[in-house]
Amino acid sequence: MNDVLEIRNLHVEIEGKKILRGVNLTLRRGETHALMGPNGSGKSTLGLVIMGHPNYTVTEGDILLNGESLLEQEADERARAGLFMAFQRPVAIPGVKLADFLRHATTNVRNPERKEGEELIPMKEFRSELKDKMKQLQMDSEFARRYVNDGFSGGEMKRAEILQLAMLQPKFAILDETDSGLDADAVRLASQSIAEIGGEKMGLLIITHHDKLLEHNPPQYTHVILGGRIVETGGKELADELHNRGYERIRRQYPDAAAANDEATAPEALAEV
Amino acid sequence: MSTDLLPEESTYEINKYDFRTKSNAVFKARKGIDAEIVNQISDMKNEPAWMRQFRLEALEIFLSKPMPKWGGAIDLDFQDIFYYLKPTNGQGKTWDEVPQEIKDTFEKLGIPEAERKFLAGVKAQFESEVVYGSLKEDLAEKGVIFTDTDTAVREHSDLLREYFGKIIPSNDNKFAALNSAVWSGGSFIYVPKGVKIEFPLQAYFRINAENMGQFERTLIIVDEGAQVHYVEGCTAPMYSSESLHSAVVEVIVKKNARCRYTTIQNWANNIYNLVTKRAFAYQDAVMEWVDGNLGSQLTMKYPAVYMMEPGARGEILSIAFSGKGQHQDAGAKLVHCAPNTTGQIISKSISKNGGRSSYRGLARVERGAVNSKCNVVCDALILDPASRSDTYPYIEIMEQDVSIGHEASVSRIGEEQLFYLMSRGLSEAEASTMIVNGFIEPLVKELPMEYAVELNRLIQLQMEGSVG
Repeated sequence: MNDVLEIRNLHVEIEGKKILRGVNLTLRRGETHALMGPNGSGKSTLGLVIMGHPNYTVTEGDILLNGESLLEQEADERARAGLFMAFQRPVAIPGVKLADFLRHATTNVRNPERKEGEELIPMKEFRSELKDKMKQLQMDSEFARRYVNDGFSGGEMKRAEILQLAMLQPKFAILDETDSGLDADAVRLASQSIAEIGGEKMGLLIITHHDKLLEHNPPQYTHVILGGRIVETGGKELADELHNRGYERIRRQYPDAAAANDEATAPEALAEV
Repeated sequence: MSTDLLPEESTYEINKYDFRTKSNAVFKARKGIDAEIVNQISDMKNEPAWMRQFRLEALEIFLSKPMPKWGGAIDLDFQDIFYYLKPTNGQGKTWDEVPQEIKDTFEKLGIPEAERKFLAGVKAQFESEVVYGSLKEDLAEKGVIFTDTDTAVREHSDLLREYFGKIIPSNDNKFAALNSAVWSGGSFIYVPKGVKIEFPLQAYFRINAENMGQFERTLIIVDEGAQVHYVEGCTAPMYSSESLHSAVVEVIVKKNARCRYTTIQNWANNIYNLVTKRAFAYQDAVMEWVDGNLGSQLTMKYPAVYMMEPGARGEILSIAFSGKGQHQDAGAKLVHCAPNTTGQIISKSISKNGGRSSYRGLARVERGAVNSKCNVVCDALILDPASRSDTYPYIEIMEQDVSIGHEASVSRIGEEQLFYLMSRGLSEAEASTMIVNGFIEPLVKELPMEYAVELNRLIQLQMEGSVG
């Protein structure tokens, strides 16, 4: 339980445009952190960079897992090292059944040394585990036969992400707006599910606009990101404040960050985000 | 993690079937094509006069027709090819009678093993003659004929002659004419009225002599209410100079009958694969072509269904995978000749490492074919910037009251898709293979289990770059 993920002075660009301007964050396994911020503040970028998205360039700083830099690692190596990200808009992979994909993913994450072409988890064992997890998440087992995210509703996509989280049991998970596009009941179910599958054993970084997702996963820390920097860190009460009153106080208090944020969300910049 | 990190090599130099057996041909005609060679082939086969005449007329047509001006680049010297090679005296009836060397080849291909599983019958073509064949006795008792076409000329002459060259006449195209002049081997299948064959009939074809053209000729007649699924799988060893494979396949599907013809083509990548395949479907009959093209240097193949009578249905599923140095010019033709006919084409192509895939298709509705429905869907997946995909859809409609649909999509393998799969622990190669397998899944699930496994394996090898 001593695993630790550290983000140190992280500066990130995409196509020459600065998105993150020195992010510092330390996440220990077993902790829950909420990451909040207005549009264009760099929330999703931070998640994608931690996971190793190839389009972003780290110009300064480091990402360390238990003291070892992840910057040279591809996304698959990071996944095998114990990182996970539930995406805001997961892409469809037509023709690939969710169960087949998950069997492959689960095998690789559990046997990080596995070489391509080596045996997968035995079908029977995998199926029964998947079935149990789906039951726990109140999902129809037929769902596993559908093609990954292909024709899924917004809610189905998010639940499929949570199912993957449940199967892969990472050390650290970033949940990027796992509540967006869901109605109140669905958000409650998602929040409850994350708690039930053992979220408290992971280090969670929950990116959200709302407090509903935090209901069953109360954060020990809330971070506010603005203009590519974490400008304030507090407890659960900060999340409540932002949810109730928005970002006015933060903007006034940190005018430089607010200006950087406005720059990032200018119409010509938005086209790239 | 850009796509140019995908494995570089994707030629067929190290094919899992890439082995050669010493060629112990009993008779080998000289190189080149002329009346003397054609007469020699006919002599060797002890053919009736009408077949000799058919060949000689086809030769005239072949010589007079220009090369096609479309499709892929063909660089062939027709006088520098062997057109006939007879590998052994007569045809082995049991496995024990087959010469050891040829047996070795088939052992490597796994044919006896495959047969033990669920094959209803095996015809294996070694160079130009079928040397080994078997057919489950119960099918023979039902009157099913499954033999090589040479034997059929001798033993089922009247039946064969009624249809031979009627679906694809010699003057259809230059390569059909060439095949008609020098054809050898291929399968002849007759399924009597009402007989439904549960298991797929299979045949394997190989080319095993340098510069050896293979010109098999297949004729399938499915009588009223009958049903058959024929599967051919092609693998070939690698050679340094050009080889030509030019087959003709004719299929007749009578009233209420059903035929599916499945091909997995995996020729070595120095082979020109120029094939004419056509079926006539009669009243309420169903004809399906499932056509997978992975190998060859250039393939030009457009399986066709002519819907001759009301209620006929034609379905064509086509997969093409082009790697380095390959051009798959594949597609399909649907011709609606009668009212209430239904046709569908689904084409999927993948281009990688500079490979080129073209979809070339025809949807034609003749005058009078009212209330016909025709739907064409073609999707292309391009794996890297060096590769190419083209679509040439031809639509000819002579009638008003019809429904025609055409959809085409071209996509590049998505960086976001790769990232998504990799973020779940799949390596880039595993992720690419999974995306490609998903892309062709709709077709793979139509294949018999054994072939689906084989196709997935071949694609995996090609993705890994180890299919030489």
